[in-house]
Amino acid sequence: MTSTVLQASHINKYFYEPEKFQVLQNINFEVKKGEFLSIIGKSGCGKSTLLYILSTMDTDYEGVLDVNGSRLTGLSQDRLADFRNEHLGFVFQFHFLLPEFTVLQNVMLPAQKLGKYSNKEIEERAYEKLKLVNMEAHARKQSSKLSGGQQQRVAIARALINDPTIIMGDEPTGNLDKANSNLVFDIFRKISHENGQTIITVTHDPDFAKGGDRIIEMSDGKIISGG
Amino acid sequence: MNLNLSFQIAQTHLLAKKRQTLVAMLGVTFGIAMFIVMISFMQGVNQFLEDSALDASPHVRIYNEVNTQRPSILDDTFKQQGTLNIVYHQKPKQQLARIKNGLQMVSMIEQMPGVLGVSPEVSSQAFFNNGPIQISGVIAGIDYPRENRLYNLDSRIKTGSFKSLLANPNGIVLGATLARKLNVRLGDKVSVTTPLGGNITLRVVGTFGFGIGTIDNIRCYTSISTVQEILGKDASYITDIHIKMNDPLQAISFGKKLSKQFNTYAEDWSTANQAILAGEKIRNVMTFVVSMTLLVVAGFGIYNIMNMNVINKLKDIAILKATGFGSKDVVAVFLLQAVIIGLAGGLLGLGIGFGISLLLSITPFDTGDMISLKTFPVIFRTEYYAMGLVFGLITTILAGYFPSRKASKIDPVAILRG
Repeated sequence: MTSTVLQASHINKYFYEPEKFQVLQNINFEVKKGEFLSIIGKSGCGKSTLLYILSTMDTDYEGVLDVNGSRLTGLSQDRLADFRNEHLGFVFQFHFLLPEFTVLQNVMLPAQKLGKYSNKEIEERAYEKLKLVNMEAHARKQSSKLSGGQQQRVAIARALINDPTIIMGDEPTGNLDKANSNLVFDIFRKISHENGQTIITVTHDPDFAKGGDRIIEMSDGKIISGG
Repeated sequence: MNLNLSFQIAQTHLLAKKRQTLVAMLGVTFGIAMFIVMISFMQGVNQFLEDSALDASPHVRIYNEVNTQRPSILDDTFKQQGTLNIVYHQKPKQQLARIKNGLQMVSMIEQMPGVLGVSPEVSSQAFFNNGPIQISGVIAGIDYPRENRLYNLDSRIKTGSFKSLLANPNGIVLGATLARKLNVRLGDKVSVTTPLGGNITLRVVGTFGFGIGTIDNIRCYTSISTVQEILGKDASYITDIHIKMNDPLQAISFGKKLSKQFNTYAEDWSTANQAILAGEKIRNVMTFVVSMTLLVVAGFGIYNIMNMNVINKLKDIAILKATGFGSKDVVAVFLLQAVIIGLAGGLLGLGIGFGISLLLSITPFDTGDMISLKTFPVIFRTEYYAMGLVFGLITTILAGYFPSRKASKIDPVAILRG
């Protein structure tokens, strides 16, 4: 019996610009520990909006969100930031590394923020994560000098550094070629199955979605299958 | 909040844009350097003027003031009837410049605490005859050892000596410019006439220069008894008592005390030198206005650069927030950048300010013999440097705070969604 790590109940979300419009309508679903979940749907169906609500960065919604047994709805921005730091990892479509920092520093930053380990331990752990994504050879390079695929792998290493419960991806392969996409998929697969970390990704890539454990399909702000 | 980490990020940001950082820094550097130079120089001028005024004038001077504001006889007679009496052009009473019991007062004041020295003087208007023309001036009869203690007369001497006044009762020491006007030298004779008609011929035993035109031009010293003799007065006739205090600032209250105790007019140096003190205030205001303007301009420079910095770093801020950095961390990252710029620029400014002040203080400055200055007056005081640094930091923190707060309010979702 695997436990539930994320539960979304009755999520409603409105956009007010240019006019009031309901993006998400009564979304209910839960995600189990170690599950590799993909959310698919056409552009504008609200899947990214849903992901950012799940990520706690968007707090302007109706409904209730529980992650890892704690109620996140209604917490202050700073408490949510601390929660993200410890329990959530992110991989975005456009890599989003800090360009002035080295690869190693980029991976280390969230752990330094968490402050659970000494700098030396954090560095060891960062190397470990970079090894997992096969980027340890580039650790000392300036992150802006890397290719897109390489940056995305570093971003995954950064998402993993604090051993988060859930890793969220917003089109993590959206900007990558087939070879790099496969590489990213393999890494995700590995961390979900071997480490028991939950993965929630929004994707347009049907192959990527099919390889996971479950697919939620959305249309016009509603879950039409897989919820 | 993890300040160390924020500092590390701030440092990386600054080092990644070295030129931009340097420009922002130089703004502060320039402002603070100018502040240091201005304040050191202006305060130097203030100090110089104050010193020269205090050097040559007593801290407290007791004398009889010629006073026309006395009650008229009419007032005495019709006081009780509630009438208004107006007397036009009331003339002063014939009154003596003599201070009653002057010499006893001198020995009493000498015993009081905080008093550095007391010197009795007999002074009078005088005309110095040089052939057919008369030059007006002031002749002061002094007790040389006492007066020397107050004004350090020996150091002002140009030719001859003050000591000769003790040996030679008919000796006179002239102000250097006065001696030049009279065309007399050491050993020459000078004829002195008082307004009341007394006349005496004295021998020049020295010339002095205080470096203050109004003194060197008109003043001369001789012994008390000589002046008493010209005026036809007795040996207890004293017109002025000059007092120097250990602390000039105590003179003001001390003067009031004396005035009450002896029922005479006692004038302190701040009353006598109001023009200098007013000038001092004006220079202080000017210094602060100019320095503040410079710092505010530097502050706007930093504000602009930090604002641009925040706009350029929107993605980075979103990433930091997504990975768990709170708004305080983000404020710290950007505020620290401003503080580092302020601190580094400020310290450099202090160094440059010190260098310029040092150069200024050794620059020859020829003012002629009216003023005893050889280089520009500059004061070096730690307070000015501390003040400069504090002002610099306050400006940069203010200039950095608003962009930092803006950065912390950025919504990461809007940026990450692209």
